[in-house]
Amino acid sequence: MKVEVRYFASLREALGGAETVEVGEGASVGALRDALSARGGRHAEVLGRQKAVRSARNRVLCAESVLLGEGDEVGFFPPVTGG
Amino acid sequence: MAAPAVRVSIRHEDFDLGAEVTALRAGDGGVGAVATFVGTVRDRSDGRAVASMELEHYPGMTEAAIEAMIDQAFARFDIRAVRVVHRIGELQAREQIVLVAVASAHRGQAFQACEFLMDYLKTSAPFWKKEATDAGARWVDARVADDAALARWGIASGNAAAPAPAPPHG
Repeated sequence: MKVEVRYFASLREALGGAETVEVGEGASVGALRDALSARGGRHAEVLGRQKAVRSARNRVLCAESVLLGEGDEVGFFPPVTGG
Repeated sequence: MAAPAVRVSIRHEDFDLGAEVTALRAGDGGVGAVATFVGTVRDRSDGRAVASMELEHYPGMTEAAIEAMIDQAFARFDIRAVRVVHRIGELQAREQIVLVAVASAHRGQAFQACEFLMDYLKTSAPFWKKEATDAGARWVDARVADDAALARWGIASGNAAAPAPAPPHG
């Protein structure tokens, strides 16, 4: 199934704003992150487990254990620093 | 009470505190207290001079996240109206960044709800700051102290937590 991945802040600078990604049925947000990181290069640098990365599914903050559905929008970004 | 006003504004333009407070109280004679918080861009950060900063957000998500926080504030506190304005884009040192204004019948609930909303926003609303300093541009780091501030309200946030190992998955 396909999901739309969006990146923000330092992740956006490294990877661009968005990409459509093919993932297996029932994949979790964490599995998606690891699959992207496994590409190596910049993806590994900014999405690897050595980095603090936060995630959102369909524009709601989520844990990486959350499961994905067809057409979901997944946001990956650094810890937030507003206010 | 007055007709529901727009509660959240994410925008480039500056805000006028007096005008915002006037609008918040308009038409509601039951308001006896308004508490406001205004955040501004400091001209120094972590020992570096800061000329300006760039504020990025997640269009659609940021607005929805703050709306949900305001819903929580109404559930927790006896308040009558809330307004949140957060600016994005390039801001110069000393400019205003954020406004939280809360109206209530008596001061205690307005003070508390205003602090609750700011603590929540700092850790859970998707905004990112990039400072332009005399040593170049840098993304601002999240602070553990902000997670601790939210914890006082009984809400856990791991926003500034260190990287964690991957959760188990197939």
